Amino acid sequence: MGGERQRWWYALLVLPPIGLLITPIYNTDDPRLIGIPFFYWYQLAWVPLSVVITTIVYLKTRQRD
Amino acid sequence: MHRDVEVLQLVIVIALFALVAGLGFFASRWRRAEKLDNLEEWGLGGRSFGGWITWFLLGGDAYTAYTFVAVPALVFGMGAVGFFAVPYTVIVYPMVMLAAVRLWSVAHAHGFVTSADFVRHRFDSSTLGLAIAITGIVATMPYIALQLVGIEAVLKTTGVGGDWPVIIAFAVLAAYTYQSGLRAPALIAFVKDTLIYIVVIVAVIAIPIQLGGFDDIFRAAQDKFASTPAPGDGILLSHSATLGYSSLAFGSALALFIYPHTVTGILAARSRDTIKRNMAGLPAYTLMLGMLALFGYMAIAAGVTPIGSDQNTVVPLLLDKQFPDWFAGIAFGAITIGALVPAAIMSIAAANLFTRNIYRQYLRPDATPQQEARVSKLASLVVKAGAVLVILLLDPQFSIDLQLIGGVIILQTLPSLVLGLWRTFAHRWALLAGWAAGLATGLWMLYDTANPATGRAHFGGAQYALSKLGPDTKTTIYTGILAIAVNLVVVIVGSLVLRAAGVPAGHDATHPDDYEMDAGDPRLRRPPATPAQDVTA
Repeated sequence: MGGERQRWWYALLVLPPIGLLITPIYNTDDPRLIGIPFFYWYQLAWVPLSVVITTIVYLKTRQRD
Repeated sequence: MHRDVEVLQLVIVIALFALVAGLGFFASRWRRAEKLDNLEEWGLGGRSFGGWITWFLLGGDAYTAYTFVAVPALVFGMGAVGFFAVPYTVIVYPMVMLAAVRLWSVAHAHGFVTSADFVRHRFDSSTLGLAIAITGIVATMPYIALQLVGIEAVLKTTGVGGDWPVIIAFAVLAAYTYQSGLRAPALIAFVKDTLIYIVVIVAVIAIPIQLGGFDDIFRAAQDKFASTPAPGDGILLSHSATLGYSSLAFGSALALFIYPHTVTGILAARSRDTIKRNMAGLPAYTLMLGMLALFGYMAIAAGVTPIGSDQNTVVPLLLDKQFPDWFAGIAFGAITIGALVPAAIMSIAAANLFTRNIYRQYLRPDATPQQEARVSKLASLVVKAGAVLVILLLDPQFSIDLQLIGGVIILQTLPSLVLGLWRTFAHRWALLAGWAAGLATGLWMLYDTANPATGRAHFGGAQYALSKLGPDTKTTIYTGILAIAVNLVVVIVGSLVLRAAGVPAGHDATHPDDYEMDAGDPRLRRPPATPAQDVTA
């Protein structure tokens, strides 16, 4: 069974947990976006980011040997 | 506070409820199987759901009505802490993707219907399987009861009190779940989510405009929190709350994956591909949840005061205040239906656990597939009746406490499942000991947590003060994380000792290839499931 190289794509999956579990990164008010504090829009921005990352992993690991 | 009955809103809610009830009964003919009288069909929809159905099913499953009502209520009351639901439901998908596809494959290869089925065969221990099954059932029951709390919040806002509407709603739900099995919530989820998406998108655009923009909304929230004596509230996290925030998000993400109703949704998918695509697609619900969370602040800016002391009414009240009756009616209908979908899946999942891992394992080892299906259908009725009784007889606060405990205890089944999926060195008796140790410490810590705000001495929340463990700090951490740490230490040390002592680890009925198989693999052993073995370990 091939696909050893494909498996490395799974490593991308650690990015969303890292970006969201280290709270000091984003526990601030500034900069605001349309009046919304950074704390809120940063975390919401991870939704599309996470979708992109997961989609890449899905596409790259799709064909098995 | 007495509220007049809002007739138009109520009529729309009842009409939407009748529509989905019709759909629920019709579902037994949808994607019709040759026979519905076996657990693969009734309890897993024939393992045939494709990408879209799985998306609606898992979405309806994980993002419950209670979430839609309680998360904004928490933001309304406490501020930033309530937003934990967003990181939690972002990280869960990348975190569980690999485990979910492995579980799907091994379950398909062997015809497993529950996670306890897998654990029992993987570790050759029906005792461990029983422990997983009972934990799953106990953790699911209060979750079902909480769905009723969501419906009650809506009904209070329309001015309807009393218990009878909830009893009727659950009786109808029980009838069509009995009839159609997992196909019913799968079909209803389409209607529920379409309605909820429309309501949220309209509201999240319209309400900020009505209230003068997000600057004003956040200023109102800041003013409110500044004027309250509570130390933990505010539009940002206080320093001592940051660890509690991330550990709760992390622990909740781990727990979500192993709740029986999520496992049921995953096993009902058609292929590994279906699951992976869904891990990429499900965050759409998180975006919606995040917007809903901000409704908590909008309610503050709009000057909403909860009915009685029930903060769960703030979202219904906000919608009632800002929109015409017909639109609020649709929103309330959506929340009500939103409670029925997860309640149905949860009761099916709990019923499957009972049938497979208690009834067939201990009471009737030679049960036929037809008998299994019949027992599961009856068990789903019992589970729902139990949930209604919990709500009628006990204080709703009690079911919220139970739900808190549920999250902590379901986490204790994680090592058996995950260490099993990766075929590690874990030993069955060490897993059982870890489960027991994790449960004991988790429950003790929950008991040992007071809540000064409500004046409760015990079971005051799922945040444990680190100062009780020594360090002089105000920092708290999610109780479930501490309990799972104890659990894991016992599993690792115990496995090393047991293996060194040569205690038999049992026969692993799975093969490494089983975890990689995809739909269409000729080696897949589709139903009938593996014959019941007399493994009395």
